[in-house]
Amino acid sequence: MNYSVVRFMIFKVIELIGILMLLPFLVAIIYRENMAATVFLGMLIGCIVVGAVGSHFRPKKITLYAKEGFVVTALSWIIISLFGALPFVLTGTIPSYVDAVFETISGFTTTGASILNGVDGMLKSVQFWRTFSHWIGGMGVLVFMMAVMPLVDGNGMHIMRAESPGPSVGKIVPKLKDTARTLYIIYFGITLVEIICLWISGLDLYAAMTITFSTVGTGGFAITNSGIGGYSTLTQAIIIVFMAICGVNFSVYYYIITKRFRDAWHCDEMKWYFVTMFGSATLIAINVYRAGLLPTPYLSFHHALFAVTSIMTTTGFGTEDFNLWPEFSRTLLVTLTMIGACAGSTGGGFKFSRLIIILRTIKNELTFIIHPKSIKKVYMDGRAVEGTTVKSVSAYLGIYVVIYVISFLIVSLDGFDFETSFTAVAATLNNVGPGLNMVGPMGNYSQFSVLSKVVLMFDMLAGRLELLPILILLSPQTYKRK
Amino acid sequence: MQILIVGCGNVGLTLIDQLSKEGHNITVIEEKSDVIQNVVNNYDVMGIVGNGASYSIMKDAGIESADLMIAVTNSDELNILSCLFAKKAGNCSTIARVRNPIYKKEVDFIRDELGLSLIINPEEAAAMEASRLLKFPSATKIEQFVKGRTELVKITVNEDSRLCNKTLKEIQAEIKSNVLISVVARGEEVFIPDGSFVLRANDEISVIGTSKDTLQFFKKLKMPTARVNSTLIVGGGATAYYLAKSLIEAGIQVKIFEKDNARCKQLTELIPEALIINADGTDKEMLFEEGLTRMESFVSLTNLDEENIMLSMFVKSVAPKAKLITKVHRVNYDEIIGSMGIGSVIYPKYITAERIVSYVRGMSNSRGSNIESLYKMNDDRVEVLEFNVRKDSPVIGIPLQNLDIKKGVIIARINRGFESLAPSGQSMIRGGDTVIVVTTNTGFHDIEDILQK
Repeated sequence: MNYSVVRFMIFKVIELIGILMLLPFLVAIIYRENMAATVFLGMLIGCIVVGAVGSHFRPKKITLYAKEGFVVTALSWIIISLFGALPFVLTGTIPSYVDAVFETISGFTTTGASILNGVDGMLKSVQFWRTFSHWIGGMGVLVFMMAVMPLVDGNGMHIMRAESPGPSVGKIVPKLKDTARTLYIIYFGITLVEIICLWISGLDLYAAMTITFSTVGTGGFAITNSGIGGYSTLTQAIIIVFMAICGVNFSVYYYIITKRFRDAWHCDEMKWYFVTMFGSATLIAINVYRAGLLPTPYLSFHHALFAVTSIMTTTGFGTEDFNLWPEFSRTLLVTLTMIGACAGSTGGGFKFSRLIIILRTIKNELTFIIHPKSIKKVYMDGRAVEGTTVKSVSAYLGIYVVIYVISFLIVSLDGFDFETSFTAVAATLNNVGPGLNMVGPMGNYSQFSVLSKVVLMFDMLAGRLELLPILILLSPQTYKRK
Repeated sequence: MQILIVGCGNVGLTLIDQLSKEGHNITVIEEKSDVIQNVVNNYDVMGIVGNGASYSIMKDAGIESADLMIAVTNSDELNILSCLFAKKAGNCSTIARVRNPIYKKEVDFIRDELGLSLIINPEEAAAMEASRLLKFPSATKIEQFVKGRTELVKITVNEDSRLCNKTLKEIQAEIKSNVLISVVARGEEVFIPDGSFVLRANDEISVIGTSKDTLQFFKKLKMPTARVNSTLIVGGGATAYYLAKSLIEAGIQVKIFEKDNARCKQLTELIPEALIINADGTDKEMLFEEGLTRMESFVSLTNLDEENIMLSMFVKSVAPKAKLITKVHRVNYDEIIGSMGIGSVIYPKYITAERIVSYVRGMSNSRGSNIESLYKMNDDRVEVLEFNVRKDSPVIGIPLQNLDIKKGVIIARINRGFESLAPSGQSMIRGGDTVIVVTTNTGFHDIEDILQK
């Protein structure tokens, strides 16, 4: 492995964290939170100095092969979490460093799982940093770096592949840098529109911004103890719309901007995504209304749709405590947790495109048993899917199950009930946030042991980076010189 | 520029490598998905799997906003067809590789009536390069600039040469030539020499000058300057056909060895003046019988790289004086082959790619840069640039010896109107001149870039 390239990239990432701390620093100054301002200023200067010193010697040629690309991505995510956790500890918001790292990883991976019992009295700048980490993590730290700095000489495709979700990551314009920029421009546009919408709906600018960061990053950190439940129906509806938007493959928006409506419409994944969303919401609404938990059919549908969108996009906001809903609704929500959003979105989970490929492979396998000489390919978006992609999706499913089972076993050592342990792993590995029972919408992760927290942190990172980059970091083969 | 490349064989790859380095936005269309996978992993380009002549695939690749489409698949017809489609769909410039000699006569029609910007025939281009070398056998490479008014000729310094073990100053005083020794390659190293540089045996030097000057320079060195009188070509493919045609027009005797009887009959109909021999070129006895040792030059043009290289090495051992030209298809090992001492090596794919790249550079130059042409040599480590000098450039009106020029930069030629001047310390550049600069620093955009900042 080329260590000097990895070193250079990692220190560049540290420098970037320093620059990003500028925003919470400004917030601290605006709200006159002197202690927090000092902390953020210290972090800002510290990170930039460390980063600048570490990346002072630029390797002659920055060529990233697959291995280096994956290692750089995985390490960067760990490093940003370790550094990003410091403000929580230094401001005294979260005294334990492990808890702070958990909270930060949960932020960057857009999980939204919290170890805090309450967030009402939190410093505004720290709260801002907490939600801002969702925004950064949503589209990806390294993609952001590639968009603004010409770092990689030849091709950073492997980094893009490691960081962007989906079974086959492609570019939308020929150059990687332009692709990264285009994605961030779309992302920025959506963010801006939501801030304005929420602002108009009656939130103050600070709340509008922080909630927007949590929404478009599909994260789920709320800024009050009541989650999103305390806001008006209009605000909640706006959040539903933007959560749903951010769970769709961003290349669809690129097609729409460039007026390629036919290409946008041909996205199978998006159709499945919306059909599943409205179908599940209707079923849950009926289920909840018949159980007599909510007074009107309209309100049932509103809250059901909110819960379904929130879970499917892996945001994890809550308006109602769905832990108290009937068993069918709870189970359906946990099932949706596992599927997640679309590839190429800011959402997590297994992804609809993988599900489509798996289901269609199963169909082809059945045909193959009935007609042993038949040859069939898997189609998606009107095109044949590469054999290698099909293979990697199957492998992904395998790895996913293995990690799930092992994590579940370790977490169950804490002795909590089956639902809590099972959904805690589901909610972190899929970057959703809330599960059921103790980790339900009104609960949190504070009672888990340190071991379980570490496992869940690993699950969050593995889920966000789609398993392989993190596993490669653990493989001894990676570190052999030859 | 937005460039679409259809077909990703050797030429396509060389183009992608070169053009992506120069910062163009490239989309590649190719039918084999594993090839695309590989290209996308190694270069910053977008890949699309599919048939390049399909309109919907072209639309996917963004033909509407493309500036240029280059079709270099194996099939001539597909190349022409995709150019036609691109022309109608996107109103861009188009370049096609067309190699079938049958279309050779129709080239003008295809270009003018079908609206293609450039048609390139790799075999013909390779043959032309070989022919140029046979007409000037001392050189290992000849390149032309400023519309042919200036030449860059590469030669190797022999042990008994007058150049050997002398500084450039001494050589200049002794020979008083108008040419400039601009690049010296010694083993792995490349130098831009100054006056105190000492030449050694086996150095490969590049001299720049008008063709008259270079001719004189070689005469003074007592190096052979006359064209060869006879040549033996092994392998009777398309390249051999073009080469033989061109040599016969220049009055050079040509013998062609070809294994395939039917092809021999075809060849003799096409070029009755050449002597066609139906025999395997690797048959030593046959070669001797046909007077190999008396031949002044030998060209190996079979379809197998290995066979060509072996043949040339063999001929070198039995006829050390003969001028050797070897055709090699695979471009990956050019450093090793270059060091084997088998004379001039021609890479048809490389020549094709180079021609297209220089066309692309010309296109992007007309959009604002001041580079008229750019030529790379010695594994891309040396650039020869032709700059247009603007009227307000800071280099104007100062004697060259007073200009603070970067290391590894040499001003090789100043062209003014129809004149081409060999610069000296007192020469001055004027606005409107074209200046040829040779440099080991890459990435110059303007003549100003040669100055120390």
